[in-house]
Amino acid sequence: MENNKMRYFDYAATTPCDPRVLKKMEPFFTMNFGNPSSIHQSGQIAKIAVDTARVDIAKILGCSPEEIYFTSGGTESDNIAILGTARANAHKGKHIITSTIEHHAVLHPCEQLEREGFEVTYINCDKDGIINPDEVKKTIRKDTVLVSIMYANNEIGTIQPIWKIGRYCKNKQIPFHTDACQAAGTLEMNVDKLIVDLMTLNGGKIYGPKGIGVLYIRKHTNIWPVMYGGEQEKRLRPGTENVPAIIGLAEALKLTQKDKEKENKRLTDLRDMLIKGILAKIPKVQLNGHPEKRLPNNVNVSILDIEGEAMLLRLDMLGIAASSGSACTSGSLDPSHVILALGHSYEIAHGSIRFTLGKYTTKKDIEYLLKVLPKVVEDLRKISPVRL
Amino acid sequence: MTNSNNSHANQQDGAGWVYSDTVKEHFFNPKNLLQENPKNYKADGVGYVGSPACGDMMKIWIKVDKLTDTIAECKWQTFGCASAIASTSILSIMVTEKGGMALEDAMKITPQDIVNRLSGLPDKKIHCSVLGDKAIRAAINDYFRKSKQEHRIIKEKSEIICRCLDVTNTEIENAVLEGGKKFEDIQKRTKAGTGCGACRPRVERMIEQYKMQYYGE
Repeated sequence: MENNKMRYFDYAATTPCDPRVLKKMEPFFTMNFGNPSSIHQSGQIAKIAVDTARVDIAKILGCSPEEIYFTSGGTESDNIAILGTARANAHKGKHIITSTIEHHAVLHPCEQLEREGFEVTYINCDKDGIINPDEVKKTIRKDTVLVSIMYANNEIGTIQPIWKIGRYCKNKQIPFHTDACQAAGTLEMNVDKLIVDLMTLNGGKIYGPKGIGVLYIRKHTNIWPVMYGGEQEKRLRPGTENVPAIIGLAEALKLTQKDKEKENKRLTDLRDMLIKGILAKIPKVQLNGHPEKRLPNNVNVSILDIEGEAMLLRLDMLGIAASSGSACTSGSLDPSHVILALGHSYEIAHGSIRFTLGKYTTKKDIEYLLKVLPKVVEDLRKISPVRL
Repeated sequence: MTNSNNSHANQQDGAGWVYSDTVKEHFFNPKNLLQENPKNYKADGVGYVGSPACGDMMKIWIKVDKLTDTIAECKWQTFGCASAIASTSILSIMVTEKGGMALEDAMKITPQDIVNRLSGLPDKKIHCSVLGDKAIRAAINDYFRKSKQEHRIIKEKSEIICRCLDVTNTEIENAVLEGGKKFEDIQKRTKAGTGCGACRPRVERMIEQYKMQYYGE
């Protein structure tokens, strides 16, 4: 039966681990289990593997291996970048610039800094979800010590003009951080082209393992740790290295570089087929985020008069995994801050639904989704008293 | 709020669902849904609570058996998540089964009664999605109003919304009824949100809700 197959449209939440990645990781759980800090051979094998992974990642980012720091994931990298840079530069000033559509792993550390006496300016995006670099430029002050703007948005997939913001920050010698978790699989990763001083990556979005992240930190960036302990990662991130995950992350990042353009083209075609299909088959729908300046794999629409969680559960019964910005799925009482930042009402945010595609998504999957979604919407609209 | 007697509802079952089978049944096959145009349905009382801005809104239409003072029919429509849909559906059964519930008893239904009939709900769903008890009370009050039995109307208890200045939902509702349509108007009248300001988003949503309720906008 068609329904028994799961069709996964939630690659932005996380990706499955590529079997080739898993294979590279396996020996480091069992045979090569040593602690890289140990002096004996077992430890040294692990150390060499970690160093090699660091070199591999540095090559892709166009930086020096000494500028790569391993962390436990995107959230930790963002936290170190924000808290560590702000606190280390507090003597120069206490002003930070970020945007209203950042991930909570950036927004919440910023809120913490506000409690510590910092002032944060949250730049709003335009109605398409794009941050205007000139807006950032205008907001920079003498006491600005950090700018953090995400590369690609996790909810609506919009891609920010990072290098333009980077150029302004470089001119003013202000550290610039970007969360590139969503961008890592598909976009330009060279830190000099992007003109960034700090960049967050993680494994769980690029067919690598979860629980592993990278923070790129440009040499001579003034930054403090947020945890204290051993000598690992030059004391910036102490704790025994997660060796298998580090190996996995490096392998996963390398694999994303293979056939990148061809795969991006394939995903873009599927994405546009899905967007066009939804807009054509379902009345009262709007696309959230810029139609072109978005990740090749991101579709986010608001379907009026119905609520996101109800849609997700009905789709789940039909074998479709997706996600929503409705309050019911966010764990709080408020719907997606990103959809609201676009200037949309709460009603529209509650009816938002995100489909994110990946390397195992086929044209057939899209066709199936386009076949069942209109009926799910029609049925839920029959239940709803709302006619927006 | 806890539902310890139904703790299984908080755990993922084999299929990965956070909802009980009863919730699923009522979500996928809602009972007593009003499918015709509401204008053509001759209800004795209509009640609605919530607003789409809050994420949940339900509308209930009742027909009353005047001889027995019981609910003869209960139809509904709901905007919201699975638990909001299921809780309205089960409520419509509760008030119409066994020959129909006495109006007096229907006025006393609590969110917990609905949750129990659903074999539990995840904790965080109870506060926001179980509005059916309020909607049925609103529908019965509407019937009392229309049938000139005003003395039987039971007003909802007030809840403090702005903790700094002790402003209740009733005061906010009255401020909207007096013509306040924007947060600033309501703030002038009630002083809500002039302290810490934390209640502002909630007050704004309540204003939207009352505006929709009273002015249809």
